[in-house]
Amino acid sequence: MSDGSTDVLLRLDAVAKRFGGVRALSDVSMTVGRNRIVGIIGPNGAGKTTLFNLMTGAYRADAGTIIFDDQPITDWPPHRIIRAGLARTFQNIRLFAGMTVWEHVLVTQPPEGNVMRGLLPLRWSHAAVSARAEQILKFFGLEKYRDVLARTLPYGIQRKVDMARALAAAPKLLLLDEPVAGMNHEEADELRRLLLRLNEGGLTILLIEHDMAFVMNLCHELYVLDFGVRIAAGEPAAIRSDPVVLDAYLGSEAAC
Amino acid sequence: MSTYHAGLLADIGILTLGALSVYIILATNQLSLGNAGFMGIGSYLSSFLTVELHWPLTAAVVAAALSASVIGIVVGFPALRLKGIYLAIATLGFGEMVRSFLLVFTPMGGSGGYHGMQHVSLGYVWIWTAGILVVILVLEHSHLWLQMRAVHDDETAAGLVGLNTTLIKVGAFGFGAAVAAVAGALFAHHHVYIEPGNFGFERSIDFVLAVILGGSTVGVGALGGAGLLVLLPEWLRFLADWRLAAFGALLVIVLLTRRQGILDRPLLARLSFRGAGP
Repeated sequence: MSDGSTDVLLRLDAVAKRFGGVRALSDVSMTVGRNRIVGIIGPNGAGKTTLFNLMTGAYRADAGTIIFDDQPITDWPPHRIIRAGLARTFQNIRLFAGMTVWEHVLVTQPPEGNVMRGLLPLRWSHAAVSARAEQILKFFGLEKYRDVLARTLPYGIQRKVDMARALAAAPKLLLLDEPVAGMNHEEADELRRLLLRLNEGGLTILLIEHDMAFVMNLCHELYVLDFGVRIAAGEPAAIRSDPVVLDAYLGSEAAC
Repeated sequence: MSTYHAGLLADIGILTLGALSVYIILATNQLSLGNAGFMGIGSYLSSFLTVELHWPLTAAVVAAALSASVIGIVVGFPALRLKGIYLAIATLGFGEMVRSFLLVFTPMGGSGGYHGMQHVSLGYVWIWTAGILVVILVLEHSHLWLQMRAVHDDETAAGLVGLNTTLIKVGAFGFGAAVAAVAGALFAHHHVYIEPGNFGFERSIDFVLAVILGGSTVGVGALGGAGLLVLLPEWLRFLADWRLAAFGALLVIVLLTRRQGILDRPLLARLSFRGAGP
């Protein structure tokens, strides 16, 4: 393809991160194409969440570059990266203790208009913001929890609020850290359908997940990490039968 | 109105502003024990402008507020690195620094204090107090305030979902410092005599106390707390020597039963007959 670079939304080039003497990530490279659903799998401690933390600016990479939407974001602060179109959810959810569900889908929305509008009551001047918040709540079926303190809701609902909060930031790329952890099969299946609908709408998704059935059914492409090293990459079917992967991860999983 | 009552009302107005200055900073989960320092800066600067340079009072109040907010922003940056009790101690140090500076700064009277200001009416004090209170009550429904609450609840998460936590925390310090400076300017021109001792540690504690007592999650809590803090010791006068002890006991009871202070969002919603709408 002649304009190949524009089809890549996120590119990591030889990214490395160490904590003290521990090499959390060594020379990890990966690309996420526009409008793809890509999964990152690997045993606990493989460096998956660290990778997310580097992409969103929570940590700074020791080496390597991260290009998002043709911009070098490697050293950008988190708020700038997220405004550029990269939003995330958290493994441990981390909702705001004093906020209702409704407030969660308002707070991350990008500022519209001039600074003054951010100082006026939301009710007066932000019809577009409210409309988008409404739409996102509806998409996740959260309308009935609108005015409930988000932290008081059941775990599965809290995961959806976390996702709704990330989507409210209007991302191009959504990073999901173990989205179905703690969910039953029905809930996971419902979430899979929601993510497919988002993807059809043009959203690119990168997710970390331990639930193999979920990952295999959803992702177009997989990256496998083990001890901070990328050990395999490819289509789910190929990964499933890759002996290196089976040895490092799936094999040990099957054994227990 | 008797001079006695007018004096109490002016004290409530000034204390409300001081409490609001703490409330704004506390809204981003930063506890400042140094706001009397900002008040002192506003007090001395506005007095200098009206007495020495013959500025009109309102212009002097605005100039004092703007200057203090710049100092507040300068203080806000190192404060970013400190949390909880460490931040509280550092701001306390800032407040004491301002007080001791004023003590040795002889051009403005040093330990002897400073006078010569024109007395302002109770009405003027309350125009400022009510104006700033209304601005904050409106601001509380804004997108900016929602972001401040997010920083308050979980600063790390707030940053990672796209909020500029640095700007929000430093901005809160700047805004809080400006409000404290207005309180100081009004104090100077109401009492027409100021000395460094007016802006000591106890004053900072009074501000925090008013917020904690009145309600630290809503702006009107500052007003309620300031009212109680000024009036309760007066109402308890019949207890003679025991009144301060009784006041302390009441404070402990309030905190034990309502940790968030007397006023909070659910209570206000019930009082306003609108239900707990968003």
